[in-house]
Amino acid sequence: MPEDTIRFTLNGREVTVSARSRGHLGDLLRYELGQTGTHIGCEHGVCGACNVMMNGRVVRSCLTLAVQIAGAEIETIEHARSDRSTVALQNAFVARNAFQCGYCTPGMIMTARELLAENAAPCREEIRDAISGNLCRCTGYQAIVEAISDAAVTLREHADD
Amino acid sequence: MKSPDFAYLRAESLDEALIALADNEDGIVLAGGQSLVAALNLRLQAPELVIDINHIPGLDGINVTGDTVRIGALVRHAQLMAHSGATRALPLIRAALPYVAHPAIRNRGTTCGSLAYGDPAAEMPACAVAMDATLVLASTDGTREVSARDYYEGLYETQREPYEILIEAHFPVAPTGTRALFDEVVVRRGDFASLGLAGQMRLGGGSIAAFDLVAFGSEPAPRLLTDVAQIALGRVADTGLIADLAQAISDAVRPMESPLATPEIRRRQYRALAKRALRYAMELSDA
Repeated sequence: MPEDTIRFTLNGREVTVSARSRGHLGDLLRYELGQTGTHIGCEHGVCGACNVMMNGRVVRSCLTLAVQIAGAEIETIEHARSDRSTVALQNAFVARNAFQCGYCTPGMIMTARELLAENAAPCREEIRDAISGNLCRCTGYQAIVEAISDAAVTLREHADD
Repeated sequence: MKSPDFAYLRAESLDEALIALADNEDGIVLAGGQSLVAALNLRLQAPELVIDINHIPGLDGINVTGDTVRIGALVRHAQLMAHSGATRALPLIRAALPYVAHPAIRNRGTTCGSLAYGDPAAEMPACAVAMDATLVLASTDGTREVSARDYYEGLYETQREPYEILIEAHFPVAPTGTRALFDEVVVRRGDFASLGLAGQMRLGGGSIAAFDLVAFGSEPAPRLLTDVAQIALGRVADTGLIADLAQAISDAVRPMESPLATPEIRRRQYRALAKRALRYAMELSDA
């Protein structure tokens, strides 16, 4: 079975791990590196639960081969919790009841964080467009849209902190 | 599901990738991977070798000149969307890109990969046909150029040989005053379109001076509607013309049988979509 040893940066830390060529990044994170915050849903790019950051952009970890990430910088939800945008989103998700089973939440947060980094004051339609690739089977999305909107307000109010 | 086994090669140069592809009948090229890795995970593809071209230098450029926009094989949809020079020169591409999948997919997926693959429901091939783009195919024998209007032959069938890599797409810069026409019928924003229309139009003195129109999604490959566009030339942009065009479009398309809708339903959807898209492109009110 083809296998490579790869080195990459995970959440600011250099890691060396062996990866089978057929495996995807999401499985590598969960099974080889114990980072289970990244959730695996559909494994064909539809649901968005597995979104992580790769070299500063949100990507689907199920559509990225593990062997592809040699030399790359990967950031997962475990690391994201230390940044203020994520904290604002997490607080807003709790306040708005924007998750029920929680399976889609890490992917939602990763996606929303990229949106807020590019657009500090997104309208409802822009938020819905940004999360169009993240499925939630519990909430009906309204609470998630409200939470992201609230987080944007919080971040704008505390922009100078 | 999990992908079947394959060998993986990270190509460091175009030559290395082309030689590997020529030497491996069951080799396949990995660019953005947003269709390929999904197909691997679903076991719709089982290549022996996956050739990763992401680290080949010189393939990620967008080059805008007076008459052409050149897009390299590794240009991501998101990169193209953010390139103001390219989107200004290519109003149809600017109009269509927001319909291409979702942000996380656009961050990785490449425009040339989408063009090369030729998914019938994909937006970029339809735009390339409407705009008469040129696709550059490389092999160990050199490069050749193919018009997008000849490239798409059928359901996932293209003029690309298995040993060729689509390394660049050349889009003609739209003349000043060109209006883009793009819209689609889709279950969820960003999903594959059930059907769609992509086109460019120019008006001169209130009448249609130039028009190129493509139907896609319902057809095995993007369908250039030459006879439909002909109806519009020289006519005034008004609701009468829109009604004639909407009818002509629904008569000209050949929707594939689908478990989701009969061809007759698709024709009705085309009529409705055409009215909406044409009104918008002609800047007529929703009367």
